[in-house]
Amino acid sequence: MATVELRFSALPEHVRTARLVAAAVARRAGVDEAVLDEVRLAVGEACTRAVGLHQAAAIPAPVRVALVEEEKQFSIEVGDEAPRSAPGERVPGAPPGSGEDLEAEGEDEMGLAVISGLVDDVEVTAGENGGSIRMTWPTTA
Amino acid sequence: MDLSLSTRTVGDRTVVEVGGEIDVYTAPKLREQLVELVNDGSFHLVVDMERVDFLDSTGLGVLVGGLKRVRAHEGSLRLVCNQERILKIFRITGLTEVFPIHTSVDEAVAATD
Repeated sequence: MATVELRFSALPEHVRTARLVAAAVARRAGVDEAVLDEVRLAVGEACTRAVGLHQAAAIPAPVRVALVEEEKQFSIEVGDEAPRSAPGERVPGAPPGSGEDLEAEGEDEMGLAVISGLVDDVEVTAGENGGSIRMTWPTTA
Repeated sequence: MDLSLSTRTVGDRTVVEVGGEIDVYTAPKLREQLVELVNDGSFHLVVDMERVDFLDSTGLGVLVGGLKRVRAHEGSLRLVCNQERILKIFRITGLTEVFPIHTSVDEAVAATD
């Protein structure tokens, strides 16, 4: 069972809350102070991506964040319910080609780039029932 | 913490001072500001990020979008940043190669290359 679990409506204004909660729980779990900035950024990126996927597919379900304290490690799993057969697949019906679209698409790729650049232990999964990003950090406590 | 924005003109440059957190919620305000400046004919922008507490990829996307817009008018977009945790995000995404990053507004305003 998750140490702390968070569910929030897929709205941009709640991503900051998820960052703050994740950082607070990570600190308590014994994640190194120097790494907390990275935890904050990585969980923000994962939640931003999930919010974008839910909004693009008009999914009313909340975004899930599970913060799991384990022996010598701390994991964060951000789950979405946006169905796709392959990661990064274009959502059906989304019009391709406008400038804003290209920027948004770039942001999604950049979000994943930031996560993989920040976190050594990261697992990205996606299937027809949604996807998740699981990130794990060592703890000292 | 919300996003704060203020602009001022220094010679032919427009300095945009940004403070607070740039994320998926606040980045649209920065995008609007940059679009408005370009639409009003300011093509040489200096974005001062010294008071930014948090920046994510949404913010990076807005800056890249701003760069694209000023370049369409043969303009420039320079950043001012000395904060290691912000600089790190530019490094891991390779964007240090895309943006000129300066240590002070004076340096950015004086830069010509």
